[in-house]
Amino acid sequence: MDFNADHFALFGLPRAFRLDATALDVRYRELQAEVHPDRFAHAADAERRLSLQWATKANEAYQTLKKPLPRARYLLHLLGHDVGAENNTAMPADFLMEQMEWREGVAEARAARDHHELEHLHHRLRERMNASYDELAALLDDTGDHATASDRVRRLMFLEKLLSEIDEAIAALEE
Amino acid sequence: MALLQIAEPGESTAPHQHRLAVGIDLGTTNSLVATVRSGLTVVLSDELGRSLLPSVVHYAADGGVEVGYGPQSRQSADPKNTIVSVKRFMGRGRNDIAHVESLPYDFVDAPGMVRLRTVAGVKSPVEVSADILKALRARAEGALGGELVGAVITVPAYFDDAQRQATKDAARLAGINVLRLLNEPTAAAIAYGLDNAAEGVYAVYDLGGGTFDISILRLSKGVFEVLAAGGDSALGGDDFDHRIFCWVIEQAKLRPLSSGDARLLLTRAREAKEYLTCHSEAPITARLSTGEMVDLTLTTAIFNEITQTLVAKTIQPIKKALRDAGLSPTEVKGVVMVGGATRMPQIQRAVGEYFRQEPLTNLDPDKVVALGAATQANLLAGNRAAGDDWLLLDVIPLSLGLETMGGLVEKVIPRNSTIPAARAQEFTTFRDGQTAMAIHVVQGERELVGDCRSLARFELRGIPPMVAGAARIRVTFQVDADGLLSVAAREQTSGVEASVTVKPSYGLSDDEIAGMLKDSLAHAKDDAFRRALKEAQVEAQRLIEAVQAAIHGDGELLSDEERRRVDSAIVNLQAAALGENRRQITLAMDDLEAETKDFAARRMDKSIRRAFAGRTVDEVEKATGGGGKA
Repeated sequence: MDFNADHFALFGLPRAFRLDATALDVRYRELQAEVHPDRFAHAADAERRLSLQWATKANEAYQTLKKPLPRARYLLHLLGHDVGAENNTAMPADFLMEQMEWREGVAEARAARDHHELEHLHHRLRERMNASYDELAALLDDTGDHATASDRVRRLMFLEKLLSEIDEAIAALEE
Repeated sequence: MALLQIAEPGESTAPHQHRLAVGIDLGTTNSLVATVRSGLTVVLSDELGRSLLPSVVHYAADGGVEVGYGPQSRQSADPKNTIVSVKRFMGRGRNDIAHVESLPYDFVDAPGMVRLRTVAGVKSPVEVSADILKALRARAEGALGGELVGAVITVPAYFDDAQRQATKDAARLAGINVLRLLNEPTAAAIAYGLDNAAEGVYAVYDLGGGTFDISILRLSKGVFEVLAAGGDSALGGDDFDHRIFCWVIEQAKLRPLSSGDARLLLTRAREAKEYLTCHSEAPITARLSTGEMVDLTLTTAIFNEITQTLVAKTIQPIKKALRDAGLSPTEVKGVVMVGGATRMPQIQRAVGEYFRQEPLTNLDPDKVVALGAATQANLLAGNRAAGDDWLLLDVIPLSLGLETMGGLVEKVIPRNSTIPAARAQEFTTFRDGQTAMAIHVVQGERELVGDCRSLARFELRGIPPMVAGAARIRVTFQVDADGLLSVAAREQTSGVEASVTVKPSYGLSDDEIAGMLKDSLAHAKDDAFRRALKEAQVEAQRLIEAVQAAIHGDGELLSDEERRRVDSAIVNLQAAALGENRRQITLAMDDLEAETKDFAARRMDKSIRRAFAGRTVDEVEKATGGGGKA
């Protein structure tokens, strides 16, 4: 196994957005069982250093592939498309309008300390995102339209951020 | 003729002998040492059969050091020189310590970590902890009849980098090879999980003398996976004592107390707390040095009332940890209770109500952490056969980040990341011709630098002058399996490279530790030279054993020529280790390390291939796109 192999190859998984989550879990654990520093606690320095590098890489690869957004970004990166979210914030007006409406809704519910409404927003947004991820899967794995896929990834980055803000607001209410 | 190998159940039959390894629970109030002996995990007792060692150290004017029950029973006689609960000061500045005004010590504020002035000189909390560890090491080596290969030392899961590093430094000062720093709740989960063949999601609620941890773990066959950890590294049973202490002062309308009287009343407070575990009221009586008499009765109702906010303070981190793990309280299959303070009925009630189930109290809350640590030490020392082991995946409890413009924190590694972990972040210069950049590493969840713990500051120099924004400075964070951080920075646009690596050290530099080591050896009338030589010899032996075990397992990975060179390096090192020249031993070790470098890489490669075993080459080739690289 090449240390520079990509994350999919590391776990022996096909390079695709749709992913067998169980297989990923199983192979991640199989790999860690072999390379984890606990296996080399009594070994010589050289082996301990290698083990640290490999176990770190296994963790990074697993974290990247486990969640759909970093997985999509990584896959696009392998395909030569850098999503470049920082430099490419020009989003279409209708998407930005939709974002503003969502944010107003969250701000109102937060101000009113409306737990129920925040939960409702969370579920609505989740559904919206699930549909987006389905579309993204088709773009990446079926039609191979990487340019549109990059655009959807950028949108999903906005949505993921919004979702975490809703979750933080819910958490703040519970405390 | 081959000798018969007699192996104990669960132990390896490899050609090396059983390696002596222990688990150490270095607690705020009490410490313990445990080991796996004849396949059984046992706590090692002192000559009077007592398994606990009170974490109390007394320093005498003649330089004498006493640890344990003796100084604990006499603490009010000489409070300034009797250090209790030193764990609370590890990696902490004076301003970080709660109730500092009611503590009887003569604190010396020092950069990074507070120091204590005693009749035997100024002591760092690291030195005091090292004295406790030395006592445990002596107990273990006496009981096991040999030198230890190493120890697993437990720390609260919520300990930050400074507190972990301080603990590791203390072990080094005590002459203990640290196999791993292990989180206390994780150690408890190992002991509980292996004993009960537990599967599913478990919570470990660990309220010790001075620290509180909550860990959420998923246990499945052969894997212990920490999903989230939380807690409060300055909340524990001591705080309950302090509440009683304050109540006594208020009720008895006492004037400001001498440090001896304060210590006496704190002891009475602790006794009352323990008494209330099985009784509905506790008498508190004391005669103070001023002649005043204290005679009060503390009822369960009052105790519950004055400690209500402390109990509630433990529920908040549980909520946060469950949220981080993406779970609800009802998805938790069992709640394991750890730490002496969980004996308090109001704690058990609050935890039971929150999780809507009776917490599991069938383990000895004082011993379970040490037992788990010993089990893990036995595994790490290589005393178990492959296939008869388990995998432990732990996390860092607090986010690690960097200070950016305006005193804000940019998180680099978020909390609850599985360790070991690494992440790089890129920064740039903001002035034309800027040749240096200050890097400030912090730990914590807050947005402002001032609200997080500062771990290290360093400067990257020698950046070639460029226009603002042109330099690309890559800062890499690496957290190892002990949860300890190292940071490297490097400018990478031009051919000229500036690079620096730091390990945060919290006011205790390597030189200072070396100095303390020398002092402690000088005091013990030990010959520092002989001691250093002995350590080198032990190190050499350790390396030879590691290489021999590797050859035994994977000798075929070496060509005849390589094998000859490795064998000759081993023979050289063995010869050097018999001599008295420390430098020669070090050189021979370097030589053997160099000869086995490629071998180590091949062994790792073989391990990784093994992870792919069971799948056909075809399958792997297909998955990797014909084996080609991206």
